[in-house]
Amino acid sequence: MSAATPAPPVSDGFERSRFSALLETIGAWLLGLLWILPLAYAVWTAFHPSEFSTRFELGAPLTLQNFVNAWNAAPFARYFLNTFILVTMILVAQMVLGTLAAYAFARYEFRGRDLMFMLVLIQLMVMPDVLIVENYRTMNMLGLRDTILAIGLPYFASAFGIFLLRQTFKTVPRELDEAARVEGANALQVLWKVYVPLARPVYLAYALVSVSHHWNNFLWPLIVTSSVETRPLTVGLQVFSSTDQGVDWSIITAATLMTAAPLLLGFLLFQRQFVQSFMRAGIR
Amino acid sequence: MRASIQTQVTGWLLLLPALVLLVMFTHWPAVATAWHSVFSTPRGARPAVFVGLDNYRFMLEDDVFWQALWNNLWFALGTIPLSIAIAIVMALWVNGRIVGRGFLRMAYFTPTVLPMIAVANIWLFFYTPQYGLLEQITGALGLPSHNWLGERSTVLGATIVVAIWKEAGFFMIFYLAALQQISPTLAEAAALEGAARWQYFRRVLFPLLMPTTLFVLINALINSVRMVDHIFVMTRGGPDNASALLLYYIYQVGFSFWDSAYAAALTMVVLTILGVTAFVKFRFLDRRTHYQ
Repeated sequence: MSAATPAPPVSDGFERSRFSALLETIGAWLLGLLWILPLAYAVWTAFHPSEFSTRFELGAPLTLQNFVNAWNAAPFARYFLNTFILVTMILVAQMVLGTLAAYAFARYEFRGRDLMFMLVLIQLMVMPDVLIVENYRTMNMLGLRDTILAIGLPYFASAFGIFLLRQTFKTVPRELDEAARVEGANALQVLWKVYVPLARPVYLAYALVSVSHHWNNFLWPLIVTSSVETRPLTVGLQVFSSTDQGVDWSIITAATLMTAAPLLLGFLLFQRQFVQSFMRAGIR
Repeated sequence: MRASIQTQVTGWLLLLPALVLLVMFTHWPAVATAWHSVFSTPRGARPAVFVGLDNYRFMLEDDVFWQALWNNLWFALGTIPLSIAIAIVMALWVNGRIVGRGFLRMAYFTPTVLPMIAVANIWLFFYTPQYGLLEQITGALGLPSHNWLGERSTVLGATIVVAIWKEAGFFMIFYLAALQQISPTLAEAAALEGAARWQYFRRVLFPLLMPTTLFVLINALINSVRMVDHIFVMTRGGPDNASALLLYYIYQVGFSFWDSAYAAALTMVVLTILGVTAFVKFRFLDRRTHYQ
């Protein structure tokens, strides 16, 4: 058998010369290195004294001083707290509202359901991100300008979350639902005891996508906040790095890495879950 | 019959909280944008008055608007095809057997999880004249110094590079997911038939990836309208509006010049673009992908 096949089978069955395989590997690595180059550059600058920020010498001394200086130069502790409150608030609201709405769409026959579903799907295209002018007006009217609640509120009901959970709930066997009802459980109890546990991987996937999205969100928070007490990290970083007082590049880079650090560390630690979550959330 | 009414009520009650917020912050502002775009901006004691299509007439004569629209078009044309092509190549590489697959996946995907506002700072430094990394490389090669973000001819291209870098890894994920659904027997069969790898990609793989490509394409289109964070850090729309994108211009008009009526008219343009995209998606593309 092995004598009949000239080349050892490659993963996809195509014959490839060693040379072209090598060429592809080199290409993939070049692209990979190119892709992390900006980050590597930032790490270099942030961990070295500023005179080495553009001089790449192996013996350059390492330092944490840039991080200390950045931390002391702006209220980053407060910004971290604000972002933490913001993403937690949005996540909890999206989960609760999304679960209820998805359950309605997946398992209840009510008049106007399909029309309502279309209305929900509109948000996949017309996101609050582009409706900044009118949403600002609304926040003003509600007296919520410059609050963390105002940053989160437009994102509490997420079409994406509702859609994702609805698809998941539809795969739950109706027998489980009916069995629970026979035992006297009401709608919310069925939802909590049957549907939510079965959808756990989807919740995790959705949580990762939502947290990284809102951790990184910038334009709307920039518009609706105006004080240290409400500003999330992204806006705080922008305010810090755009002051014209000649802030050192090394310190800006340190602040930049600091802002991204929790997400970056989370991603490096739970890489597989992250990638799978984005994949799961992407397949519709 | 009673059970049915109860079902109806329960269904609506479950839906209500999400629906109220959706209407408040998506549907209502979209409608209000149209409404306010035919009024003037209230200033001080002067209330808003109906001005018909004046804001739109002004827009047609506004050079900055046209510049931003064209910029956005070039930004989309520059970003979308390249980032999709790179995403496909990335996915093919990390889906197959390749040395250091774990590292490569991580390297490709990392830009996706980083805040745009943060990475734009890094890229800003990268592009800085004289001592930025790019200048150092071109300087070492003996090329003349160039202010990438300071010149009209290169600024948009420089921001396009950042956008491609940020998005390609994200799109890769969708292709990776799709590739894993494709049976390896197809490749084996094609190989047995004597097809070359390129032929297999063009005739089998690429058509099979078409639904993914369409999905990614829609996402990329929306992103090209929505993605402006890097403009704030890197160029502020300059020099001379050469890198102003539509949403950035809306921000300027709405929150620097405080002309909310004109900003509403500009928002209508964005909503129209998104609406056309949505129409094409629902009308033509979703016929094969099932929503039920």
